[in-house]
Amino acid sequence: MTATPGAVQVDAGSVAADGPMAVRLVGVDAGYGDRIALEEMNLDIPVGALVAIVGPNGGGKSTLLKLIAGLLRPWTGTVEVLGAPAGRESRRVAYVPQAELVDWTFPVNVWNVAMMGRYPRLGPLHQPGKKDHDAVEAALERVGLSDRSRSPIGALSGGQRRRAFLARAIAAEADLYLLDEPVTGVDVPTQEAIMDLLAAEADRGKSVVATTHDLAAAARHFRSIVAVNRCIVASGPAEIVTNADVLARVYGDHLLMLGDRLAVLDDSHHHDDPSGSERHFHEGKRGGGA
Amino acid sequence: MNLILDPLGYAFFVRALAASAIVGLVCATVGSYMVLRGLAFMGDALSHSAFPGVVAAYFLKAPFYLGASIAAVGTALAIGWVTRQGKVRGDTAIGVIFAGMFALGVFFFSLIPNYVGDLFGFLFGEVLGIGVGDLVALSVLAAFVLVTVALLWKELLYATFDPLGAAASGLPVGKLDYLLLALIALTIVISLQSVGIILVVAMLVTPAATAQLVSQSFGRLVVLAIAVGIVCPMVGLYISYWANSASGATIVLVETAVFTIVLVATSLAGRYRHAGASARAERAGSGSR
Repeated sequence: MTATPGAVQVDAGSVAADGPMAVRLVGVDAGYGDRIALEEMNLDIPVGALVAIVGPNGGGKSTLLKLIAGLLRPWTGTVEVLGAPAGRESRRVAYVPQAELVDWTFPVNVWNVAMMGRYPRLGPLHQPGKKDHDAVEAALERVGLSDRSRSPIGALSGGQRRRAFLARAIAAEADLYLLDEPVTGVDVPTQEAIMDLLAAEADRGKSVVATTHDLAAAARHFRSIVAVNRCIVASGPAEIVTNADVLARVYGDHLLMLGDRLAVLDDSHHHDDPSGSERHFHEGKRGGGA
Repeated sequence: MNLILDPLGYAFFVRALAASAIVGLVCATVGSYMVLRGLAFMGDALSHSAFPGVVAAYFLKAPFYLGASIAAVGTALAIGWVTRQGKVRGDTAIGVIFAGMFALGVFFFSLIPNYVGDLFGFLFGEVLGIGVGDLVALSVLAAFVLVTVALLWKELLYATFDPLGAAASGLPVGKLDYLLLALIALTIVISLQSVGIILVVAMLVTPAATAQLVSQSFGRLVVLAIAVGIVCPMVGLYISYWANSASGATIVLVETAVFTIVLVATSLAGRYRHAGASARAERAGSGSR
């Protein structure tokens, strides 16, 4: 064993052990077309968790989130969400896409966005009623956007835009929040505000799973961490990302030692290069385990 | 001589006015979703794809609505399916299928021994030639499209704004995509006689594009698009009556002119506001110095 004491085992997929599970992956392989993105995924996320999925670009963070959201079907294995196969309990799931994927010039205001959370439960023949208006109002109140409800979504700051999407999740009365990079590209006070909201949601029994490539934000704001690089490399309490050995296994070549400090070289071309550092990393892992 | 009332003495003009108002209403409604989805090119493709259906219906002495619907809806579903396979890009799939379908129409057309005037009308539109039966048929199809949108407007809106979020929360986004394509195809069929295959994309896209310049909510976008979509064709029809110009082209030119005026006006207003703001900032700056 070359692993330093305290290193989290690769096969220990659980964020926590007891209680009901919000998410359970068993033996999952998944990818796009014929390109594999994730393999041998085993993961349990309990109800009420506040989990960050971390890892290098192209390591499969967003893919894992899409599997849980039911937006992508696994090649093999099973994905269970809120006690049913992924996609079955979809009305209890709220997904917030990356900010770059949203058209911010779209003619909707904050109220409209939050109201969209009500649409799936309303069904095609029903128009929003008083109950829906109350739910939207309460959700906007909770995220602190009551006074901006008539503002076009594009007129908001980055942090306010994310809060508007969070209001949509709250208005939907979802039990599982899935957020793709919710704290990317916003300043630290805004991050704090968003994470305070997510922590409050977790405290009232909602399960929160978010991707982030910001390790500092992950360690500071989340309660547990799942580190992903094509497979689950490590998982456990948030402190694990400060562990050099875990970092080395997650980021492989992309980790730079600067004296006693660590720096992660986030290479955006990483995922276009399947023959590069990713394979390198896997060889390293297998060698270490032998 | 009364510019407004004189043409109303002719039944064909009244029918044309009614037809263009209905067509404008349906086109603007469906077009609002198209503009927000970036489906303008798709609209152009589907209208051209209706051509072989129109010619085939002519051969078989079947109603053209039937032939055009089958060809356009079939093409919409085929493009959707090819795109979903992920082997070629969406715009590539559209390019291949639409050119192929239009070529098929021209091929059939060239087999017809004599010149066929009323078939030619489908290329550029002939709203003044619309009969009572045509008016009834297009009203029925228009009602079907409008009722479908009225029932599913919020699902279509959510799937347009945030397809991933909508799908994750249980909306059948894939089916809604196909449905929107089918609605676009039917809308094109409704519009073919009025503005023709080549110009129908303007009826679909231009009113919504005009409304988008001055709308910050979806409701306002749709209402303004419908207003532009109904008024412009009626104005165009009067102009074409008095100028004796091609009706379809005149209608489209009126819509294009309105779009251009609103675009220039909003750009100038934006520049004026900007200049005013910087002038105020300069004054404030020099005052503090």
